[in-house]
Amino acid sequence: MNKRNIVLFLAGILFGFGLGLGGMAKQEIVLSFLQLKDLGLIVLMVGAASVTFIAINIIPRFVKRPFLGGEFKPRTRSLSRNTIIGAIIFGIGWGVSGQCPGSSLASLGVGNLPVIIGIVAEFVGAYVMGRYFS
Amino acid sequence: MFPLGIFPYLMGGLVIGLGVSLAYVITGLHATQSSFYSTTLSYLTKIPYFQRKDYLDSREWRLFFAAGVIIGALIYVVTISPDGFWITSVQWWRLLIGGLLVGFGTRLSSGCTSGHGISGIASLSTTSLYAVITFIIAGIISAHAMMLMGVMP
Repeated sequence: MNKRNIVLFLAGILFGFGLGLGGMAKQEIVLSFLQLKDLGLIVLMVGAASVTFIAINIIPRFVKRPFLGGEFKPRTRSLSRNTIIGAIIFGIGWGVSGQCPGSSLASLGVGNLPVIIGIVAEFVGAYVMGRYFS
Repeated sequence: MFPLGIFPYLMGGLVIGLGVSLAYVITGLHATQSSFYSTTLSYLTKIPYFQRKDYLDSREWRLFFAAGVIIGALIYVVTISPDGFWITSVQWWRLLIGGLLVGFGTRLSSGCTSGHGISGIASLSTTSLYAVITFIIAGIISAHAMMLMGVMP
């Protein structure tokens, strides 16, 4: 097994543990944010983005390359109509179900078997997008 | 505003940030979530969109990452979670319809709460900022529409 896969597996464990700890494996908690009853999701997102900000913007000043090679490149995407239309469609689905792509996986990890319906549906949605709208 | 306090949210966010940072500093990869669904489909379909080089190059580590996310949440449940295993009371039809829209929308938008909301914002991407503002507003409207129709939770 190559080193990169092991590192990503460990990163995933931290990500999933953090989602569980921060309540995001529960659709009810995500919905309580979107219902404006509990704004914790924003705290979680800002906390995660702040730590990641250091990794992306500060650490590369001291470390030239990633330890396993390659190069440091911030995550940028060009803005298009699809960015916004996609975000609207995602937001609607988010508000209907309290699911997003990462939290669905974490939700499976906490034993929430009904979320398999949502994960399969996300695969179907991703398929339809790639098949008919790309 | 914070009936459960901010501590679990803050700690959860910091641990997530550590995971994303670990991946970035060691491999240079952005550990984001929604691409997993598209790259994994490249194992199952021959459609050219899914057979793109960047998908074929990343599909393996994204599987490992996704497996880590599931196992990380499982570790949380069996170690420090006060609740133990847990099942949602959100109705199956909402998981189904919501999931379809989430899968379609995040891929059309090239990012989700993690790709735009964490890695994109941390990269100071204005595209991601617009996407995050848009999906949060759309989510708030949609969740309130569900409440107005009497659908709970």
